[in-house]
Amino acid sequence: MPVRARHLLLPVPIEHTAQAEGSSGIPEGRHTPAATVEFVHVQKRYHGQQDPAIRDLSFTVPAGEVCVLVGPSGCGKTTAMRLVNRMIELSDGDILLDGQTIKNRDTAQLRREIGYAIQQVGLFPHLSVADNIATVPKLLGWDKGRIRARVDELLELVGLDPDMRKRYPAQLSGGQRQRVGVARALAVDPPLMLMDEPFGAIDPITRSRLQDEFLRLQNEIRKTVLFVTHDIDEAIKMGDRIAVLRTGGELAQFATPADLLMHPADEFVEQFVGSDRALKRLALTRVRELELRPIGAADGLPRIADEVPLRDALAQLLQAGRQEGIVVDGAGNERGVISIDLISRSLELPA
Amino acid sequence: MNLIVAQTVIPDFGGGENSCVRQNKGFCWNWVQDNWSDVLWPAVKQHVALTAIAVVIGFVIAFALALLAHRRRRLEAPTTVITGVLYTIPSLALFQILVGFSFLGLNRLTVEIALVSYTLLILFRNTLAGLRSVPTEVREAAEGMGLTRRQVLMKVELPLALPAVFAGLRVATVTVISLATVAAFIDDEGLGSPIFRAIQSNVFKTELFAAGGLAVALALFADGALVLIQRLLTPWARRQRA
Repeated sequence: MPVRARHLLLPVPIEHTAQAEGSSGIPEGRHTPAATVEFVHVQKRYHGQQDPAIRDLSFTVPAGEVCVLVGPSGCGKTTAMRLVNRMIELSDGDILLDGQTIKNRDTAQLRREIGYAIQQVGLFPHLSVADNIATVPKLLGWDKGRIRARVDELLELVGLDPDMRKRYPAQLSGGQRQRVGVARALAVDPPLMLMDEPFGAIDPITRSRLQDEFLRLQNEIRKTVLFVTHDIDEAIKMGDRIAVLRTGGELAQFATPADLLMHPADEFVEQFVGSDRALKRLALTRVRELELRPIGAADGLPRIADEVPLRDALAQLLQAGRQEGIVVDGAGNERGVISIDLISRSLELPA
Repeated sequence: MNLIVAQTVIPDFGGGENSCVRQNKGFCWNWVQDNWSDVLWPAVKQHVALTAIAVVIGFVIAFALALLAHRRRRLEAPTTVITGVLYTIPSLALFQILVGFSFLGLNRLTVEIALVSYTLLILFRNTLAGLRSVPTEVREAAEGMGLTRRQVLMKVELPLALPAVFAGLRVATVTVISLATVAAFIDDEGLGSPIFRAIQSNVFKTELFAAGGLAVALALFADGALVLIQRLLTPWARRQRA
């Protein structure tokens, strides 16, 4: 861990990504540095308020994982996130990035090393897309060639056309703005990203697409991400780990999505997760992960893609009014038979 | 009776026998031509100088006040009150009051003090409103990315305040161009002086129309020039999504 801490103190040059890739042992993608985040008995009291916003929060997010902070409004999830880059100051306890306290860090410097994306994006309306993305690189004094190369790379990474670089935010759609916001947050390849409901203000279709894209991107870059949302479905979809908070900033449960759905810690979590948690668990598993039955008589059975979650497969079976369906892979090969019975039995096994 | 008296006091405006000027037929174009280089053009130049000095000094003061009030909210109310009082004093009265101070006199300094005082309220209020118009999420994103307070001001707040600042500059400039004609009451320069002469002569109106028209033209020109400069400085404001 102390070795990694070096990355936090320096803007991480892109050239080092190859090195990071080698040491991580993950062969694919542009694997880049990620930081471990530890909340240690974190407390936040606002002056003049009797109840603390955060009473006592402790959990650890391993490097390279997405941790979703979720809970009802007023539970302190955004406060908890903003404590990390010192937009809000700690009252007590500590937050460690790769084992180092944030308390004695220069705030501006600390923030430049942490990607920050918010719901309203907050793009600078007077700057072009390229200049928006280049904000932190410019603050860190990168030379022009390097900034240009990095902007091109990021536009590609978030799936925007290079022609967009000269546009102003007012000329972009909501989804495009979000992408620019994510690109801007990733500009100096920060080991940690803070994302506060980044897809909150977008229509459901674009939102789901951006979520998928972000997961694909995260699969490539493996940042540590603190992700705030009030939407449990989004939390289950995006999180490697989920921290469910209740009012007063108390940690109700800290678990993987599957664990959270199978073993909610108490009534509050159970209620928050929803009465449809069995269905939600089906959303976590893909058809191809199931042990399918061999194909027998396949007349008129619905064909189901092997990459869809069990939940979608179940929906398709119900819609077709059939007990069984043929599973087909991306190349169109039939892989086996899935049945409602098989799906329901998958819930009995630990996910 | 009046007519006869008036005709006898017509000063010699030149133009020779039987000219428009001699017969005083309202507006005389040839008087304008004859007096352009000696009377009107110098008056225009003086007027531009009077206006430019007032707006520039007024802007510097108002801008500084706005920056202070932006940082310390409690400075806003008193500044608004003081500049507001200055703004509401009738201009002739203010000129008169200022002349009363012995260290001032019938000169350009007195005129400029009055003119500057009229720009302060508009420029202060608009600049402050511009600085505050920055959307919360933009400011928050800027801070969250590690811009220092100074950098937020220089790189975000000031550029985004430009449209409001320019709106203020346009109003202030046009106001000062108009007010500066009254200033000839104290200091005999600018487009106000031909106007005052025409008022005093009571008959010959060409000077009045010519100088008045030039003041209007100057105001329109200055306004247009400021719009143009603003467009050059704020390219993002024009390119809205089609």
